[in-house]
Amino acid sequence: MLTTVLQQLINGLSAGSLYALVAIGYTMVYGVLRMINFAHGDILMVGAYLAFFGISAFMLPWWVSFITAIILTGFVGVLVEKLAYKPIRNASRVSLLITAVGVSFFLENLFLVLFGGVPKAFPIAPIFHGVLNYNQLYLPVVSIYTPIVALVLLYMLLYILHHTKYGMAMRSIALDIDTTSLMGINVDIVISLVFFLGSSLAAVGGILWSTQYPSINPLMGIMPGLKAFAAAVLGGIGDVAGAAIGGLILGISEVLIVAFFPSLAGYKDAFAFLLLILVLLFKPTGIMGKELERKRF
Amino acid sequence: MKRNTILTILSIILLFVFLYYASHHFSRYTIIILNNIAITMILAVSYNLINGITGQFSLAPNGFAAVGAYTAALLSLTPAQKQAMFIIDPIMPFLGSIHLPFLAALIVAGLVTAFFGFILGFPVFRTRGDYLAIVTLGFGIVIDIVANNAITITNGPLGLKGISNYTNVWWSYGWLVFTIFVVMSIINSNYGRAMKAIRDDEDAAVAMGINTFKMKMIAFVVGAFFQGVAGGLLAHLITTISPTLFTFFLTFNLLVIIVMGGLGSITGTVIATIVIVWGSELLRVFDQPMHIFGITTPGIPGLRMIIFALLLILTMLFAREGIMGKKEFSWDWLFNAIKGGIKNGK
Amino acid sequence: MKRLLFKTVLFALVTIFAIGYGVSKTYAASNTIKVGVVYSMTGPVASFGQSAWQGLQVAKEIMPTALGKKIDLILVDDQGDKVQAANAVNKLIYDNKVDAIIGPLISGNVMSATPIVEKAKIPLITPTGTNPLLTEGKNFISRACFIDPFQGKVAAIYAVKDLHAKTAALVIDSAQDYSVGLAKFFEENFKKLGGRIVAKTFIQTGESNFSAQIASLKPANPQIIYMPCYYQEIALFARQAREFGLKQPILAGDGAAEAALIKVGGAAVNGLTFTTGFAPEAIKTPLGKKFEQAYQAKYHKLPDNFAALSADAYFMLVNAIDRAKSDNPIKINTALRATKNFQGVTGNITLVKGDAIKPAVIEKVENGKFVYVTTINP
Repeated sequence: MLTTVLQQLINGLSAGSLYALVAIGYTMVYGVLRMINFAHGDILMVGAYLAFFGISAFMLPWWVSFITAIILTGFVGVLVEKLAYKPIRNASRVSLLITAVGVSFFLENLFLVLFGGVPKAFPIAPIFHGVLNYNQLYLPVVSIYTPIVALVLLYMLLYILHHTKYGMAMRSIALDIDTTSLMGINVDIVISLVFFLGSSLAAVGGILWSTQYPSINPLMGIMPGLKAFAAAVLGGIGDVAGAAIGGLILGISEVLIVAFFPSLAGYKDAFAFLLLILVLLFKPTGIMGKELERKRF
Repeated sequence: MKRNTILTILSIILLFVFLYYASHHFSRYTIIILNNIAITMILAVSYNLINGITGQFSLAPNGFAAVGAYTAALLSLTPAQKQAMFIIDPIMPFLGSIHLPFLAALIVAGLVTAFFGFILGFPVFRTRGDYLAIVTLGFGIVIDIVANNAITITNGPLGLKGISNYTNVWWSYGWLVFTIFVVMSIINSNYGRAMKAIRDDEDAAVAMGINTFKMKMIAFVVGAFFQGVAGGLLAHLITTISPTLFTFFLTFNLLVIIVMGGLGSITGTVIATIVIVWGSELLRVFDQPMHIFGITTPGIPGLRMIIFALLLILTMLFAREGIMGKKEFSWDWLFNAIKGGIKNGK
Repeated sequence: MKRLLFKTVLFALVTIFAIGYGVSKTYAASNTIKVGVVYSMTGPVASFGQSAWQGLQVAKEIMPTALGKKIDLILVDDQGDKVQAANAVNKLIYDNKVDAIIGPLISGNVMSATPIVEKAKIPLITPTGTNPLLTEGKNFISRACFIDPFQGKVAAIYAVKDLHAKTAALVIDSAQDYSVGLAKFFEENFKKLGGRIVAKTFIQTGESNFSAQIASLKPANPQIIYMPCYYQEIALFARQAREFGLKQPILAGDGAAEAALIKVGGAAVNGLTFTTGFAPEAIKTPLGKKFEQAYQAKYHKLPDNFAALSADAYFMLVNAIDRAKSDNPIKINTALRATKNFQGVTGNITLVKGDAIKPAVIEKVENGKFVYVTTINP
């Protein structure tokens, strides 16, 4: 029994870290632009595909391919912002949301047209191969790496946010975008940076996700994207640490529900949204959420 | 006033004369598209009530249509059919034995869906803006997951097959006319003005003493009723339903329609539905291998959707008001336009 | 300015619609026999569609005409989805006005197409839909493959006699009529032979994380795992099962017979056995040899189950049109259902009430390749 619980906890930790990586992107964009970047889950898919092509089409060593994919995905995020979101930054929030939904469908179907709907087998990097076996405990190596990678990246991100000039600018924009630009800060560059960081993290999430479930297709980003969003709201949207915590809570509770109530396993994916509805009913700003300025709602 | 009513009734009669002609002379495939247009229009018009008129960005219609479709289908299937279809687990005893005629099934489907809307309204309208969008989106996903897992009710992912093909142009256009009549009546009533006030400035609406919760709830529940009915009509048109039919994709299509037509304009929605549904059928050409001047190109599935996604983004970037903005067609407008045209002509 | 741009884009789109429509309408030549094809070219079972379409192309090159008229294949993608399959069949019958339909490939999709073709009285032949309900009480549905009660029996016999299994676990795809049906027939036969089903778990087409299902199977400790699902889910399941220490042999149905199984599954599917309708090694007929050569020449690989059965469906249809001496759908249907001792790619085919009676083949994955094990006759 103990090993089962331990096994499930580690599975949950690993899934939760993936949600956390993706949730951070949502929360950062929300912080600066007050918009749900619906296309964020599809950015995760773009990251996985780029890594896939790096390895299988360009024959790059896995780590070169991963790093290239992560950086390129960052730029895809910036490009999306520049082309689709920037021109309507001052439009109503519903317009932003609709545009984001449009971008999401565009990316999914673009990849469907370019690379076909047939799922592709994702090549697993050598260091992620294998399973550690201890007693009845089976730990795929990747599920040990995932939380570590997530933690390191989260620490780096918090450092950028709190100890660099750009980080300060990001936090400042989150509080009040107009005043920030009056202070002589180039808001456009900072927003681009936010999209770059968020999209890169999504790419990391996408690569780790595809390593765990090594089959990629153009629609693979939808579910992880939506759940990560639920995690971001759960933690209090706009707050990076909150998003990470929300992701972990979601990942672990999903796994535990399946472990203790196996008959509910089919409903696992619904849990994130039920939890979300409950949290919003009682604490509309999420667990860690602060009251954000009202005029931008 | 009287002139306008007569004209409206005349044009409805004209529509049904056209449908009579169509059902006798057009190919069955065209008839199916005509039905699709009517059903999509019912969905879009009722969706515009909450999104365009009341300004609450709901993403729930796929969930509502699913509830309606399953309810109507389960009610109209015969007990024997249901018994044969549920091969994983037998159907719930009550649902298994019930059997209603088509009209009753549709109305019950609408009421059940409206009830879902009512319950959902409580958590939903505690939130605003993006949160509201996400909660309603989550509802659609939960419905999808329940449809996949509540096997004794929905037959799970196997779906329901062999539903009688009751839906014809009379049913779908009859319901369409009724839907537009009800929605327009609401818009032109005090309720409608209160809903628009909420859309334009919710805080001001509260200050004026409008019960915003009640207004939003009315728009939401009425919309849910018609979306449920439309789901039922759809089930009896396609004859096979499964959870895949009611994914977020359906809501996306409706969103493109109401945004293209103009959020808040029923006229715009009507025009955009015809353009999008018909256009989407024509664009199907791209999904198949094509032969042009002796060259064969392979089919490109998904290209259609790229065009729609681009259409949505471009509308947002360059013509946020859509085709009609918030304007509506009215006979007065038409007569004024004609008069103006004559004057200008002279 | 912006409005102008919007209008220009709108105008351009309408023009594209119109031209596309015109092209599609004018192309339809008159002196051909139109055959609709409903395959899954995208979606969860896209590999089936790709293989089957390749097989169909080769078959058409071998026999391009019937009654001296050219045969025109019109392909519509059903995306592996039941509802899309119904739409596709509607379009083929009422818009393209086809005389016969080949496809869909998977049982659930055939079921949703059935009421439409029965009403329109258009013959439909599915190459690989194996569920017995497809043809039961139907007048216009035929198939080129064996049926699942037979496949389930063969699998159960193989499990007991050759794998020496006394206990088995079932992994069932609850989204597929094929999987639910085949699992049932396996269970019946396995029990009859003295076996015991110790665990049963459900997955769904398109899922990728099976850790919960694997965890539920482990305590039951079955001797074999019977998984009558499609290749994508089998491959992912096998991978994760092996990682979590579930190492029992996996036995599958013809849904596994697709090269993508090995591509996705890698080493984890080594040793997996499955029942199927065709193996290149088992080809005996002259038509089969001819088909194999043509296929090899065109695609530089051996035809698989889906390519071969797709070709057989085509050959049977052409043969039926020739025998009917007419392209009238009802006459074609009568002739098709009277097919007797037709020497197809996959052997001698006779249709009884639309069902083909034919042998099953057992294949095994060995070192990243499908290897022929044995043939079992009905």
